[in-house]
Amino acid sequence: MFNSFIEFALPIFKTISILILIVAYLVWLERKVAAKMQSRVGPYSVGYPHGWLQPLADALKLMTKDDSIPKNSDSLLFNLGPVWIMVVSLASFALLPFYFNNPMLNVDLSFMLFIAISSLIIIGIFISGWSSNNKYALISVLRMTAQIISYEIPLVISLLIPCILIGSLSFGEIIRYQEDTWIIFYPLLGQLSFIIFFISALAEGNRIPFDLSEAESELISGYTTEYSGIKFALFYLAEYVHLFGICVLGSIIFFGGSNGPFFSSNILIVIKALLFFTLILFIRWSFFRIRIDQLLKFNWVKLIPLSFAGLLLACLLKYYMDFSSL
Amino acid sequence: MEDRIVEKDFGDLAVNMGPQHPSTHGVFRLKLYLQGERINKIESFLGYLHRGVEKLSEKLNYDQLPPVLERDDYLSPTSNSLGFVNAVEKICDIEVSRRASYIRVLVAELQRISSHLVALGTYGLDLGGALGGGASLFLYCFREREKILDIMEDLTGTRFHTNINQIGGVRYDIKSDSISKINKLISDLKPILEDYTNMISNDEIFMKRTKNIGVISKKLAEESGGSGPILRGSGINFDIRKNKPYECYSEFDFNIPTGQNGDAYDRTIVRMKENVESLNIVQQIIEGIPEGDIHSRKPLKSPKLTRPPKGSSYFSIESPRGELGFFIVSDGTSIPYRMKIRAPSFSNLSLVEKLLPGTFMADSVVILGSLDPVFGDVDR
Repeated sequence: MFNSFIEFALPIFKTISILILIVAYLVWLERKVAAKMQSRVGPYSVGYPHGWLQPLADALKLMTKDDSIPKNSDSLLFNLGPVWIMVVSLASFALLPFYFNNPMLNVDLSFMLFIAISSLIIIGIFISGWSSNNKYALISVLRMTAQIISYEIPLVISLLIPCILIGSLSFGEIIRYQEDTWIIFYPLLGQLSFIIFFISALAEGNRIPFDLSEAESELISGYTTEYSGIKFALFYLAEYVHLFGICVLGSIIFFGGSNGPFFSSNILIVIKALLFFTLILFIRWSFFRIRIDQLLKFNWVKLIPLSFAGLLLACLLKYYMDFSSL
Repeated sequence: MEDRIVEKDFGDLAVNMGPQHPSTHGVFRLKLYLQGERINKIESFLGYLHRGVEKLSEKLNYDQLPPVLERDDYLSPTSNSLGFVNAVEKICDIEVSRRASYIRVLVAELQRISSHLVALGTYGLDLGGALGGGASLFLYCFREREKILDIMEDLTGTRFHTNINQIGGVRYDIKSDSISKINKLISDLKPILEDYTNMISNDEIFMKRTKNIGVISKKLAEESGGSGPILRGSGINFDIRKNKPYECYSEFDFNIPTGQNGDAYDRTIVRMKENVESLNIVQQIIEGIPEGDIHSRKPLKSPKLTRPPKGSSYFSIESPRGELGFFIVSDGTSIPYRMKIRAPSFSNLSLVEKLLPGTFMADSVVILGSLDPVFGDVDR
């Protein structure tokens, strides 16, 4: 029984530790890129070449900090929030074939399941903001809920367009289909759905110009205002895990996953996701933030009609192609 | 559960912005009564940085005051002492040599650029946050400002609180090699300032956040006593340097940039254009700086205190934030009987109560930032 437990737990353990390692260095990468963009040096003194031990130092610092729970707050929900977010964002990686040859959970509808799991994050964010007993956190989660709910629609629909073209909702199938050409090179529909996906991924990953939930110029630091120490670290980590998940998703669906021009390996998924992440970094460190009403208007007036038009076009194309091949 | 009075015009939620808040430009408390994201009503609380400078100046000699007053508007220290020494010189009827006047204007104009760069940088923080594009703009602005501070160090020995203005002249002369350094600064800054102006005026998100936000009509700007970029952003062509020239400003050729709509965008662009005009003035100064004494009272073996005759005087200058006036009453001793400072930030900040109600919470930061208040100046 013990052996079967090890057999079951080992891949989970491996995935989580690799993920956390990657994410820790994503933070380091972000700080370095931001420093480069702002003509600074960035972390340098912790660890010899370019402060490579900085993520470790950050983690240690956050772990040793005092943990405080605000008065009159719902402490059960307050503690549940960060755990919920961390668990959910890690759980979605069970479906992604990002490091091992196969995903841990191999199901036919893996794409749909991934979307379903990662959309649970907003519940964790909402309970943590609600239970903080803080006005800034409350306004932040109200904004965040409106934002995530509205941006989930174009995100899912823009991802459905490649799925319809391919005819499958399984990641394995999607990667196999792109052996010849990647979806991003599919005329018109590939680029259209990628642009919609990219914009809504920024909103979904809570990045500038859409990081309204932690708009520190008005909301201090949004729903994490009252959190300190390791709980804050969990939020931070979960945000990056989630963002990295979106990057991996983008690299699988639009950039051919493990298929490369010269060789094919699963390490390519990670490399493409990192490139995608760097692109998001460039955007984050060069744009201002937009306002909540402009954000929602942009979504409902522009993104959603565009994504539905793309979906319709994909359906028609698929129907016509299937019809002609009969 | 505590009893709460919920009035219709107060809204659902009262949120404090400041005195400890990442966005406020200093210690300023703004109480926002929100209805959803919209502001119904605001209350503002001042005085967190009150240091009693006006009272303090009734205890200090005239000659001791310029360095103290430089701590008022801490982003453009020189303009404070410039206004003060001019007011004293007006009572005493002291003529300042042209060279000293040129040096005063040189330092004041360089500091105007540095102050406007800080205004733009912190405005970036207001718009984009400390962890995003705003921080990039902030750091770029501070990088350019650093070059100006280096020149300040070269000119006066101090980077920030230059302390160059004295009653009767200036403390330090320009060294011969400073001219080439300033020339280099001008050629460095000109393309960069143009770049930044293009960068923000072509930025879609910047325009979305600032156009038609915090609109100050011509009438409101005139009535409320607004001055500086706030007045000029609303399209009123008024600049004390041009309309009531002091020092040697009448000898220089420069334009007064104005906006049309009086929104936050116009005020920012006016500041950026003023930087270019200031650079032009600096250029003209170093091309035509006259020879001569820098101090009307030097050389003195034993320093003599300034004792203005009985009377009063008011002198106002154009600081980066607007009309900075000094009203001095003298009773014939070496200590002012009374001094009143007309701070531009204070009058400009009073517009907040007119501008904020009805806007979004996110806009409140943008509007406050576009007024560019300095709380050392507001609270004194």
